[in-house]
Amino acid sequence: MKNSINHDLSQYPLKLEGDHVPMVRFQNVTKKYGSLVVLDGLNLDVAEGEMVTIIGPSGSGKTTVLRMLMTLETIDSGVIYVDGEPLTHMEKNGRLVRANAAHLRLIRSKIGMCFQHFNLFPHMTALGNCVEGPMQVLGLSKREAEERALELLDLVGMADKRDQHPSRLSGGQQQRVAIARALAMRPKVMLFDEVTSALDPEVISEVTGVIRGLVDQHNLTMLMVTHQIGFAREISDRICLFFDGKIEEQGSPERLLDNPQNERTQQFLSAVLEAN
Amino acid sequence: MADWKFNFTWEILPRLLLAAGNTILAAGGGYAVAVVLGLVLVLAQRTRSRTLTFIVRELVEFIRSTPLLLQIFFIFYVGPQFGLRLSPWAAGLIAIGLHYAAYLSEVYRGGIESVPKGQWEAARAINLSTVTTYRRIIIPQALPPALAGMGNYLVGIFKDTPMLSVIGVAELMHTANSIGAENFRYLEPYTIVGLIFLAISLPTAWLIRRFETALRRKMGLTR
Amino acid sequence: MPYLEFLTTYSSRFIDGTLMTLGQFGLAALVAIAAALVSGLMKMAHSKTVRAIAVVYIEIFRGTSLLVQLYWFYFVLPLFGFTLEKFTVGFLTVGLCYGAYGAELVRGAIQSVPRGQWEAALALNMSPAKRMQRIILPQALVAILPPWGNLMIEILKGTALVALISVADLMFETRQVNNNTYLSAQAFGTALIIYYIFARFMVTPVMRWLERVMARKIGRT
Repeated sequence: MKNSINHDLSQYPLKLEGDHVPMVRFQNVTKKYGSLVVLDGLNLDVAEGEMVTIIGPSGSGKTTVLRMLMTLETIDSGVIYVDGEPLTHMEKNGRLVRANAAHLRLIRSKIGMCFQHFNLFPHMTALGNCVEGPMQVLGLSKREAEERALELLDLVGMADKRDQHPSRLSGGQQQRVAIARALAMRPKVMLFDEVTSALDPEVISEVTGVIRGLVDQHNLTMLMVTHQIGFAREISDRICLFFDGKIEEQGSPERLLDNPQNERTQQFLSAVLEAN
Repeated sequence: MADWKFNFTWEILPRLLLAAGNTILAAGGGYAVAVVLGLVLVLAQRTRSRTLTFIVRELVEFIRSTPLLLQIFFIFYVGPQFGLRLSPWAAGLIAIGLHYAAYLSEVYRGGIESVPKGQWEAARAINLSTVTTYRRIIIPQALPPALAGMGNYLVGIFKDTPMLSVIGVAELMHTANSIGAENFRYLEPYTIVGLIFLAISLPTAWLIRRFETALRRKMGLTR
Repeated sequence: MPYLEFLTTYSSRFIDGTLMTLGQFGLAALVAIAAALVSGLMKMAHSKTVRAIAVVYIEIFRGTSLLVQLYWFYFVLPLFGFTLEKFTVGFLTVGLCYGAYGAELVRGAIQSVPRGQWEAALALNMSPAKRMQRIILPQALVAILPPWGNLMIEILKGTALVALISVADLMFETRQVNNNTYLSAQAFGTALIIYYIFARFMVTPVMRWLERVMARKIGRT
């Protein structure tokens, strides 16, 4: 997080307090690549246990939102809060300064992410992938980690494939293992970055089924970027349409999809419907 | 016309085989230094300090662009000029180790860069530390593509050991020269040395290829 | 003796040595290219004997040390009736040694030309020789240049060994200067810098320029 514009951080609270503190807050977040503005003063709150889907045309900044939350990208201005504490910044002598690596690792532990291309570790089995984080980071013993991993693999329906390497698994199977791997770290926030975009149509339901199960059973806060509008309608509490690095419009699935107010929202939705 | 003297051959063979042991020792020692130092060099190029990256990068380029023989002379003779005396073995091992560390660092770099970016991101997503990420995720995947290069350089180091003869290390070339000078016969010593090199380098190269295939299979990487 | 004075005093030595090294390098490179082409093509021939000869050449020169080869050709070959000038032994041996490595590059490059090119040439009823010359080799040339660039630097470094059979190249002259003055840092340091300048600022840019020229010639920008 070195190359940044110095800006006035005194306007941002050191901690979020009060009732109903959002699990995730983007406050005035801007992200640029050179002169290209990808996120433009974004303000977004996600409540605990809420399921938010982000849709929008490519280049609108939706994936960047997830990647910044996962600290895969640096922030240029603004502050991101997770569970009431700043993620991108930390407190020093009563003021906010840029977070150092140690602080990032601390807060990052609350967030888990699944990727479009799964990114399973190819030299480990499905079980191996799922125990890696718990053992190396959380300090669980092999027995404890395996117990937890098997539970989760069972949850995603991959228990019988636990000793297989990713190269032996289909895309849908790999993505399900990836979800188990992320859940093994017991995150408070789960991020899904176009997790079905690289799958054959027949196996998409394998993965959406697992995610649906998570919504019902766990009090997880979830952020999802997807093109699957139908699925988004089904499980989201809120859908946000991104355009040019800002939220164009947001609301409940029924409100946004059936009754879009803004012209750009209407254009995008009709284009998407046509494509399907 | 030359004729091969077998009596002479048997006479000098023990001495040459002993020297072969020294050659293998020198090659093995140099390689061990190079393997470790090479890793240091490549990791130094991946830190966030741009100065360090630049300096190490230029150093690696410099070492790879200049003759090993010259580097051996430099390390052996420059020390005494400033009061530091190095034994031929020490100077030789340092020179060979440094030279091949530069090459190996490039091999390692190729291996590390061949690991897909998504692996780094997945490791970060489960909050693995940088050290753990390198140790458990990146290096195991960087190794198979790097092994071919590493094996080639093992054979290469072995073939470069004769250069140490010029600073007095008693390996194969040095011994053959001595035998030749003592007996005024060079045919047998030089030919035997050539054959010994073949006898060691060809099987080693073959073994390395087999080891690489086996390791790749064991780690489940189908590429 | 300050460095500048050192340079001016011994400049003629260094220059003579450098010129000799360049000569050795140029000739060795030509030998290597020729040997690589011939043996690389031989290795892809139909005849088993032809292939075997190429393999023997390649394995012997790749399996033994360049220094051993130099000594062998200089001291042992005369015993079989072939006495060569040490200058000739120098570039010939270096060229043959690195030509053996180049053979593998030639083979790889030719095989990297898409199968469809061979078939198209056949469909036009070209003879094998014409096909190789007009269609395959030009395309293989682009593929071969990058690794060949590295090989050229290895050849340049390899020529340093000819000093050990008393060819008066840069390595040889530098050693003489060192023996006379005991100013090892200055002597060997200067030589290192000269080799570095040639490798980094002459050989590499020329090879890159060649790559661009060839790529343009076959229509790849």
